[in-house]
Amino acid sequence: MTTTAQYNFAYLDEQTKRMIRRAILKAIAIPGYQVPFSSREMPMPYGWGTGGVQVTASIIGPNDVLKVIDQGADDTTNAVSIRAFFAKVARVATTTHTSDATIIQTRHRIPEKPLGQGQILVYQVPIPEPLRFLEPRETETRKMHALEEYGLMHVKLYEDIARHGRIATTYAYPVKVEGRYVMDPSPTPKFDNPKMHMSAALQLFGAGREHRIYAVPPYTEVVSLDFEDHPFTIQHFEDPCALCGAEQVYLDEVILDDRGGHMYVCSDTDNCEERRAAGHVGTLGMQEAAE
Amino acid sequence: MSQDFSHQEPLLRVEGLTKYYGSRLGCAHVDFDLWPGEVLAIVGESGSGKTTLLNSLSATLEPTSGKTMYRMRDGQWRNIYELSEAERRFLVRTDWGFVHQNPADGLRMTVSAGANVGERLMAVGDRNYAHIRDTALDWLGRVEIAADRIDDQPRSFSGGMRQRLQIARNLVTGPRLVFMDEPTGGLDVSVQARLLDLLRGLVGELGLAAIVVTHDLAVARLLSHRMMVMKDGYVIEAGLTDRVLDDPREPYTQLLVSSILQV
Repeated sequence: MTTTAQYNFAYLDEQTKRMIRRAILKAIAIPGYQVPFSSREMPMPYGWGTGGVQVTASIIGPNDVLKVIDQGADDTTNAVSIRAFFAKVARVATTTHTSDATIIQTRHRIPEKPLGQGQILVYQVPIPEPLRFLEPRETETRKMHALEEYGLMHVKLYEDIARHGRIATTYAYPVKVEGRYVMDPSPTPKFDNPKMHMSAALQLFGAGREHRIYAVPPYTEVVSLDFEDHPFTIQHFEDPCALCGAEQVYLDEVILDDRGGHMYVCSDTDNCEERRAAGHVGTLGMQEAAE
Repeated sequence: MSQDFSHQEPLLRVEGLTKYYGSRLGCAHVDFDLWPGEVLAIVGESGSGKTTLLNSLSATLEPTSGKTMYRMRDGQWRNIYELSEAERRFLVRTDWGFVHQNPADGLRMTVSAGANVGERLMAVGDRNYAHIRDTALDWLGRVEIAADRIDDQPRSFSGGMRQRLQIARNLVTGPRLVFMDEPTGGLDVSVQARLLDLLRGLVGELGLAAIVVTHDLAVARLLSHRMMVMKDGYVIEAGLTDRVLDDPREPYTQLLVSSILQV
């Protein structure tokens, strides 16, 4: 007989999963509201996505197909280890293809390919409270959410314009969900904010260290805050992706040498690979093919 | 300073206001009416219950008994401690102002002067940056802060400037009633004089009602129409400021008035 430890399906015990599912249901019922939950110790450090992992562990079933991305990439340490974790403790199929996945756990990015009905996007959230750095008292921020006192959020945007001439917040850009709660969309670039609006996929947010879960149900209004005379805009890139030639996507800068050489490539690696497989080529992709 | 209030309805009606801290008395049986545009000074030595009274009036400290009725903008009389929390907080940041003795308590020290003035506007739904900034510039001008300091944080301001900024921040939504807790405390004498001058101008120009707590009788003389003298939690004398200061009736008030240093 083997004596190795036997884990419950998807690591967490069933009571814990029930507790987290209750929190998720409440979060879906009140879009954008931060539901407290009793976060567990996970076999990875805080900051590695323990909130997202607990949400995923509570909703995953044996037939699900899991994709994990970190900064848009499927092949970074964090993404690889979380994918391996669920492959081991839940024996689920994993994929890097956005369209094949039923659950996508993410840190920072929303895939470029539009998500469809039935897909669930799970965000790993470091700081769920959008008002945290403006009002450090948690008792006060909860009251402000309850009474819908969100003037302070605009103070931050005002400061941006006063100092930089434009709204300089580029990530964790505050949004208003379904006309009620102001929500921090986790450290995603503001480029992805419009993708949250009226998305067909269910979006769940888990903050492990902060013990909070919140959600944006499918087809929910998500509006980025702004001023009438300084409307919300997303980042704009001059050049297309150097590998696949994609435009209107979020790009990462890659340093090529120590003489200032650099290129911009798709942050979403799956999108880039699929485009290249379909025959799209960027300026540097040519050379790569020639080599 | 004299004004005829007889034809108007009061703005604030205080009846039997009492606050106990456990068995210890904060202030007891305070009754008064405050009319629109009237400035009332509350004077007394420290520990006499001035600040307890001010906090009880300004919805920050619930009194043990008694009523504080306020006439809202729609003419309705409401007991401020029977308002819902949402209504009370809205009232406090639109129709009221609170000037703290220490400006750091009333300002956001880590955001610019412009944002400090603009915060109340944004809180009531102003979403036009240019308008917020123009209003902030206008108010900085009215409290004599140079326009080029609009993007500086109050941390870099002198004590007098901070206090003037705090006043601008409170007055930007056009409140009808302002509470001030030792507004000139901690400032040197020439800065005090300038601030009093400014306050007197603004109060007159905007028709503000104000309740000013001070231990400085000169502040009361310059700013207020009426004054209340407190001792050990009780109001021992009340009346027109000039009457109380020129012809004090109570022995304690006589002592207070005669203890002003003459230079």
